[in-house]
Amino acid sequence: MASSVRDEFTKGLWRTVPPFRLVLGLCPTLAVTTSGINGMGMGLATTFVLIFSNLFVSLLRKLIPTQVRIASFIVIIASFVVIVELVMQAYFYQLFKVLGIFIPLIVVNCIILGRAEAFASKQSAILSLADGLGIGIGFTISLFILGLIRELLGAGTLLDIPVMWASFEPFTFMLKPPGAFVALGILLALMNLISQLQARKGGSR
Amino acid sequence: MGEFLLLMVSAVLVNNILLIRFLGNCPFLGVSRSMDTATGMGMAVIFVLTLAGMITWLVHTYILVPLSLEYLRTIAFILVIATLVQFVEMVIQKTAPPLYEALGIYLPLITTNCAVLGVAIINIEEGYDLVTSIFFSFASACGFALALVLMAGMRERFALVAIPKAFEGTAIGLVTAGLIALAFSGFVGLV
Repeated sequence: MASSVRDEFTKGLWRTVPPFRLVLGLCPTLAVTTSGINGMGMGLATTFVLIFSNLFVSLLRKLIPTQVRIASFIVIIASFVVIVELVMQAYFYQLFKVLGIFIPLIVVNCIILGRAEAFASKQSAILSLADGLGIGIGFTISLFILGLIRELLGAGTLLDIPVMWASFEPFTFMLKPPGAFVALGILLALMNLISQLQARKGGSR
Repeated sequence: MGEFLLLMVSAVLVNNILLIRFLGNCPFLGVSRSMDTATGMGMAVIFVLTLAGMITWLVHTYILVPLSLEYLRTIAFILVIATLVQFVEMVIQKTAPPLYEALGIYLPLITTNCAVLGVAIINIEEGYDLVTSIFFSFASACGFALALVLMAGMRERFALVAIPKAFEGTAIGLVTAGLIALAFSGFVGLV
């Protein structure tokens, strides 16, 4: 039992890390990762919703009729999104402003509905909680890394601290929408490359 | 009329919903593998988004605002959209079977297309009136369809070229999307 909980938790960190492996939840991944902080804020908000929607979908899975399950999942998810929206507006107003429309749009983040449908509606509450936590943290780390890369190249700073040499010419392309697509594409290719190298090493052994 | 033309150009080219605003990217990469699916999805989105833009505006103005329940906007809109999609699916199935054949499989996917909810929210936040909202929804959906078809046209050619192994599939799709977006950013300043 303990090992399967750990399995469900760790699979979200590498094997099925959402924006890369599953190619889900791309809109927030591309839109808000103009800096490390923004990426992390979005990731944490999504993680919160994911954990609680997984938990409640799992707890209610025997009560929800199959025909209306998608609608029921959406209502559960939307309720937690509204909570996040109101909390962020009250306590993290700056971040709320920056993330803007993408906070209400957590409702339609396919990762959350996908986990509810594929995992939480079939598994026990503890496993679903571990799954939500793992996938959520994987998503947050991915967004944070992508944000850091774009911030470093696009503005020459890391977490708002200048780190590049004085004559560094910021590569503003990275902060613009096209840069988001290209940066994510290259990161994805790098991850594929690492997996391929690992597979080759495993094969020759 | 000139104002609407400006809004159209702005929504389709300058602030393209897929490439510049980043709404609706999951279906963008998912269904852009062939021209047929891209056109089908594009048409379905134009149809649903225009209707959804109108209905969510009405719901917001005549139900949520009088009852001062604006904070329930997200829940209300997503329910309206989910119901609308189901309803449209049933109506098309009964009245226009050929259209259902063409759009059928894309309709359920639209519920979780963030472009629909996104445009509904933009309509409210920008304070558009009913006619402008409908028009903006329609124009945004046209921009979505345009980008999707362009992308599908490019991706169909990938079958014929040698792509580095690590870039196969989604990775090259993202880089291509980046280059299309770069081309679209040339339209900035048009409006």
